[in-house]
Amino acid sequence: MAASSDRNPPPFPASEEPETGLCDMADGDSDEGEDIFVNNVRLRAFLLLLLCPSFVQSTPVAVSRGVSQPDQVSEEPPDLFSEEEAISTAPTLSTTAKSNGVHSDDENDLFAELLAAVDCFHSGISKGYFVLPPLELKCGLLYYCFQQLEEEEAKDSFDVDVSVTSPEKIGDGMNAYVAYKVSTRTSLNMFRSKTFFVRRRFSDFLGLYEKLSVKQSLHGCIVPPPPEKSVVGMTKVKVGMDDPSSVEFVERRRAALERYLQRVVSHPSLLQDPDVREFLEREDLPRAVNTQALSGAGFLKMINKASDAVNKMTIKMNESDTWFEDKFQEVENEEQQLRKLHAVVDSLVNHRKELCMNTAVFAKSMAMLGNSEDNTALSRALSQLAEVEDKMEQLHQEQAASDFFIFAELLADYIRMLGAVRGCFDQRMRAWQRWQEAQSTLQKKREAEAKLLWANKPDKLQQAKEEITEWEARVTQYERDFDRIGMTVRKEVLRFEKEKAKDFKSQIIKYLESMLQSEQRVMIHSHSKAYVYVFYSGVEGFSPESWQRVYYIPDG
Amino acid sequence: NLLCPGARCGANLCRLMSIRSVSVDLNNDASLLIDIPDALCERDKVKFTVHTKTTLSSFQKPEFSVPRQHEDFIWLHDTLVETEDYAGLIIPPAPPKPDFEGPREKMHKLGEGEATMTKEEYTKMKQELEAEYLAVFKKTVQVHEIFLQRLSSHPILNKDRNFQIFLEYDQDLSVRRKNAKEMFGGFFKNMVKSADEVLISGVKEVDDFFEQEKTFLLDYYSKIKDSTAKAEKMTRSHKNIADDYIRISSLMYQQKITRILIYTHIVVTMSFVSLQKVEGRVASDQELKLTELLRYYMRDIQAAKDLLYRRARALADYENSNKALDKARLKSKDIPQAEEHQQQCLQKFDKLSESGKKELTSFKGRRVVAFRKNLIEMAELEIKHAKVRSSIQLYYICFIMCTNELQYAWGICKILCEQI
Repeated sequence: MAASSDRNPPPFPASEEPETGLCDMADGDSDEGEDIFVNNVRLRAFLLLLLCPSFVQSTPVAVSRGVSQPDQVSEEPPDLFSEEEAISTAPTLSTTAKSNGVHSDDENDLFAELLAAVDCFHSGISKGYFVLPPLELKCGLLYYCFQQLEEEEAKDSFDVDVSVTSPEKIGDGMNAYVAYKVSTRTSLNMFRSKTFFVRRRFSDFLGLYEKLSVKQSLHGCIVPPPPEKSVVGMTKVKVGMDDPSSVEFVERRRAALERYLQRVVSHPSLLQDPDVREFLEREDLPRAVNTQALSGAGFLKMINKASDAVNKMTIKMNESDTWFEDKFQEVENEEQQLRKLHAVVDSLVNHRKELCMNTAVFAKSMAMLGNSEDNTALSRALSQLAEVEDKMEQLHQEQAASDFFIFAELLADYIRMLGAVRGCFDQRMRAWQRWQEAQSTLQKKREAEAKLLWANKPDKLQQAKEEITEWEARVTQYERDFDRIGMTVRKEVLRFEKEKAKDFKSQIIKYLESMLQSEQRVMIHSHSKAYVYVFYSGVEGFSPESWQRVYYIPDG
Repeated sequence: NLLCPGARCGANLCRLMSIRSVSVDLNNDASLLIDIPDALCERDKVKFTVHTKTTLSSFQKPEFSVPRQHEDFIWLHDTLVETEDYAGLIIPPAPPKPDFEGPREKMHKLGEGEATMTKEEYTKMKQELEAEYLAVFKKTVQVHEIFLQRLSSHPILNKDRNFQIFLEYDQDLSVRRKNAKEMFGGFFKNMVKSADEVLISGVKEVDDFFEQEKTFLLDYYSKIKDSTAKAEKMTRSHKNIADDYIRISSLMYQQKITRILIYTHIVVTMSFVSLQKVEGRVASDQELKLTELLRYYMRDIQAAKDLLYRRARALADYENSNKALDKARLKSKDIPQAEEHQQQCLQKFDKLSESGKKELTSFKGRRVVAFRKNLIEMAELEIKHAKVRSSIQLYYICFIMCTNELQYAWGICKILCEQI
């Protein structure tokens, strides 16, 4: 790692001053004083260079690297990674860019060009014309552009950081359970110390949710739902924690619990709740009861029951502010779409697992075939092929895991969260209903008073007047409650959307990173395969030594 | 944890492969060149246009084309198999029947589910299915072509009269086909053969060469059959994954949640689409190459086994004729017939053994050469895919950068630059 920081990146063709070295990104001080416009130009230039396909027929032109050897050009098959003329061959895409009208103008332009570049890239791939500048040149450019780009925006520092680790099976048989270590790291004074940990079991998490939802949802708070109960999964674990499906189940649950807790503590109002503090700090937490209703299906049923009750309301709410209605509709649509997406991602995960199994089986079969092959070279080729396929199986397995753990779990989380969002909308409706009922009761009391006035019953009149005052107060209270809950819901939903955007962004990037890594490894293996094919095909002048010189195949 | 500098090694590999030493082209004897330039698909039937170019005087014209159906190929194969004179030869395996069932069923399911899909998803899946259909089509043309080319390159078979009729006769062959069926009753022959096979395998082998060949071929056949089946399963999994990617990417296009994450939206959609194309192409290329190679040699080995079977039957006949001769001598009855019969059997057996040995030896060489050719082609495919994969990687990096997640992109960049 240290070696890379000593390197001089190759001079950027479009710039005048060559870079003398890498500046440390961590210190973040950009002394250049270049404005955003210039940065964007460089960024654009870089992107165009990267993304623009260079067609096979274009003659390779030596770039400042000076590596090209003109006399060898005729020997090389046309579609090689030839040195490419820098920006001048890149077609100008700005003329074809279309704006998307969502973001600011700077972003719009860049975005539109990105879109156009992507289209271009795509058509290049499909035509099979794709030729890239050498990897080294690209990486050098990457270095350079990093130095020019704006500083990373300051991350929100979390006052509280929680993690759920070290699942441990306690007890035996059907009474066994899994205890997790919940560690907290905080700078806030309300906690007993800066770092501490406790042991909690799954029902404790459910109990926390139960307490929070009873209290906070009345205010219109979106209380993050915990992961689902699973009788099947837990039974397997109770029997034994060693087989791979149990290990996966426990890991999945651990990660889900961690995400759940992190969402709870990053919510400003929930963090203030004494129950949360107790959950994080208290050594011996009383066993939570009444966690029956919180299996996955149960949770959904609860939410839907509330919705049904709201739908059955006789007085239809007249929304003065359409924001709520629109948002609710959006939330419902999103939930539907997420469900669809989740179903397909699930199918993807299953297919990957299948592929993994089939590859393993195929590898063994090829090994056997290689053994019975009587031509020695061919036999070795088939056996090597079998080995490579075997390694590929490991890769497929990892890809399946990351598809699952990152992408599918994220979707499942948000499907549950959207249910909670719907729940808080319902709370607002109930508050409105309470207010309306109070108003109609008040109305009835006033009518009763009028009747009493008319009937001239002074003692009952006094009582009636008292009741009216009481109900007037209630109506005012409920109206204030309704307004307050409306404001909270609005605030909560906006916060939810922001958090969701951040969450998806970071998770998808994690997912892409893991895909990137596995793509690298797939490439190694596909090159290994190519090596096997070519070597054993008996191409003249090709030896394992010459192969080793240009390409290092790592073990395992 | 070194990662591979894809570009560099890919380049070197390409350079090396351009100095290929192996050229396996069945169609390189200018005296008789056959190919199938064209084929029409009508519902269930495929009509192949068989085009011949020849310098041989035995043909009426130097260049001509005829339309043929799959059943015509089968007729040609069966008549060759039934010809006694060719008993000592490996008859190239008959091309399998064109099977559009898979894509057709999928197309049907797609049509049914059209209402539940978005227009984009539907169009994409339709495109994929059409590509699959085309791949099956190309495959079947290829396999029929190879059958004819094997015949044309075989010194004895290419002089066969029926072969010439097949190539030249510009009328419909269906009349001849019907007659042939009536004459040979092919179906029953196959049944009898498998019963015989059990008997024959018990016959004692006199020749070491054939003993070895028999053991090898039987073992190899079962192994290659197994590998073929497993390879098919593997490529089917690849196809399933590709289909999933199509569905995901089309859902992402319409997803409202990703409207907030414009960059990520683009990344994810495009990366999924690209990956899907790569996975899909990997699947169909693998299908065309490795699986086809295995499948073809499985059938070819069956043909070699058939030769062994015929020879073993001739051996059994010879032994039976010996026994009959002994019996005749004991009874002193019909001795000259028995002697003649024994002589005939011996001659037939010797002829089969001699030509069989030649055929099996050249079969070995041919198999190794064809494997090598296919290996090279597979290497080219792997490299082509690796190129696309490496583009996709840089794609990821580029977009990660765009989301200003510099610490991630920085880390990745560092990893990549380790390789410089």
